[in-house]
Amino acid sequence: MALRIVDTCVNCCACEPLCPSRAIRAAKPHFLIDASACGECLGDYADPQCASICPIEGAIVNALNEPLNPLGSLTHLPPELWAAMRPASGTP
Amino acid sequence: MEHPDIIIPVVPASGGCSASACGASARQMGGLPEAVRRKVEEHPCYSEQAHHYFARMHAAVAPACNIQCNYCNRKYDCANESRPGVVSEVLTPEQAVQRTLAVGAAIPQMSVLGIAGPGDPLANRERTFATFRLLAEKAPDIKLCVSTNGLALPECVDELSQHAIEHVTITINCVDPDIGAKIYPWIFWQHRRVRGRAAAEILIAQQQKGLEMLVARGILVKVNSVLIPGVNDGHLEEVSRIVKAKGAFLHNVMPLIAAPEHGTFYGLTGQRGPTAAELKAVQDACAGDMTMMRHCRQCRADAVGLLGEDRGAEFTLEKVAAMEIDHEAALARRLAFREQVRAELEAKRTQAATQVIALHRPPRKPLGRPVLMAVATKGNGIINEHFGYAREFLVYEASEAGVRLIGHRKTEKYCGGSETCGDGESRIDRIVRTLEGCEAVLCARIGIEPWSRLEAAGIRPDTEHAMEAIEAAVAAVWRAMLEKGELADAATERQRA
Repeated sequence: MALRIVDTCVNCCACEPLCPSRAIRAAKPHFLIDASACGECLGDYADPQCASICPIEGAIVNALNEPLNPLGSLTHLPPELWAAMRPASGTP
Repeated sequence: MEHPDIIIPVVPASGGCSASACGASARQMGGLPEAVRRKVEEHPCYSEQAHHYFARMHAAVAPACNIQCNYCNRKYDCANESRPGVVSEVLTPEQAVQRTLAVGAAIPQMSVLGIAGPGDPLANRERTFATFRLLAEKAPDIKLCVSTNGLALPECVDELSQHAIEHVTITINCVDPDIGAKIYPWIFWQHRRVRGRAAAEILIAQQQKGLEMLVARGILVKVNSVLIPGVNDGHLEEVSRIVKAKGAFLHNVMPLIAAPEHGTFYGLTGQRGPTAAELKAVQDACAGDMTMMRHCRQCRADAVGLLGEDRGAEFTLEKVAAMEIDHEAALARRLAFREQVRAELEAKRTQAATQVIALHRPPRKPLGRPVLMAVATKGNGIINEHFGYAREFLVYEASEAGVRLIGHRKTEKYCGGSETCGDGESRIDRIVRTLEGCEAVLCARIGIEPWSRLEAAGIRPDTEHAMEAIEAAVAAVWRAMLEKGELADAATERQRA
């Protein structure tokens, strides 16, 4: 059980200091979570900390590859505008 | 994204000009204690006079943010854009200090290092304070400031005091959580993402508490507000009243910057920014309550140089690494420059005092209506820029009461990127539209083509005052219009306009 950061990450660093397991590290091209250290904050906090501050929808996923912050959940943009708000460096 | 200096906002109507100690300047500065005036006189983001002389830079060491604003997109790597929250590269504290020292060596006008993003400085406490600590060791003459959304401010006030931070900017867009819910979709608070009205309520409470704590410690607080038509335009007067009552010394109302290509919620959903006239109306409404800042340029979070210019590209990490710097000589040049400016301003104050007496004679002509004029300047309070090279114009209002800066208009789009971003409008068309409401343009030189285009649009080009001090020149043009009878009938003129 572990969370994962995917390539839409914009390297804002916000998650790194919040991780109670110190499982997040800066890397190229984006931050990474050490799967062996991540416990999804169970026992520490009610919500996974990285996913609670991450500003990018879809950038953090669970073991089933499901985004913890699905498209539209943070910006409240309607679906037809989702493509436009994606970072240029993200998935094509 | 925070707004330095926007970021960033005071005063003498125009530095470097002979009237810099009277007119709007004096009015705006009115009531500021001498100690406050001394604190801001070399800070371009806080003093309108200083912004003609002094340069600032922003160190982009703070990428993390603890809130989301609807005018911000956390993708912030566009080199072609100039607006808050945008940077080209995020720096470590060590890199930021190295860059600051390089700028301080190359630009003796350099007086302030601000941290304004691209996220929130206080959501990146370690990196922000490490930058301040390192810089204070190597260049103690450079003032430090931060621009924050305020959420983490109360818990940081002690540390800010310890670092001798004299100025803090808080972006306060509302004091009503129902309005806040339309601006902030979420905040990160006590290990949870909090949304909607509850989020706005917490943010507002933290901002107000932080403001009070800073004022209690004698730290100067400037408040930035983003004017969002239809959201907080009718509300900012109340914000102004409240923050002034709590001791903020300056309020900077800035226009929303929103375009679809920015990828922000507002940009994508068609929320428009205010027109120049709408911005001025709100600034005027707020000015009744407190000092307003009219010279803010809404800089990038890694801007370098005088306000309105960005020399960041000259100081990339690669270029900085190759520079050989004599830090002591650089410090001496900065101190000498400040001494020179101080002497110059002192001389002008004395001169202005003489002029004030002349103003008290009863007016020989009847009252004329106020006139807006645009000015092309490269700095030092002088009309010294070619019309075609001007990337922005300062807009002054001249009236019987004097001359005051009321804002600036950019000629470039916020995004100077590829032509595909454009809408086919020519540069001169855009400038003419940008200068709407102005009746004259004062510049050092101007080509024949733009001259006739301006005239056709009812804007009088003027190069007679090239290399003269801005305020005196604007006043002279206004007096000439008055004497020609062009300003005699206010009502008729207004109808005509």
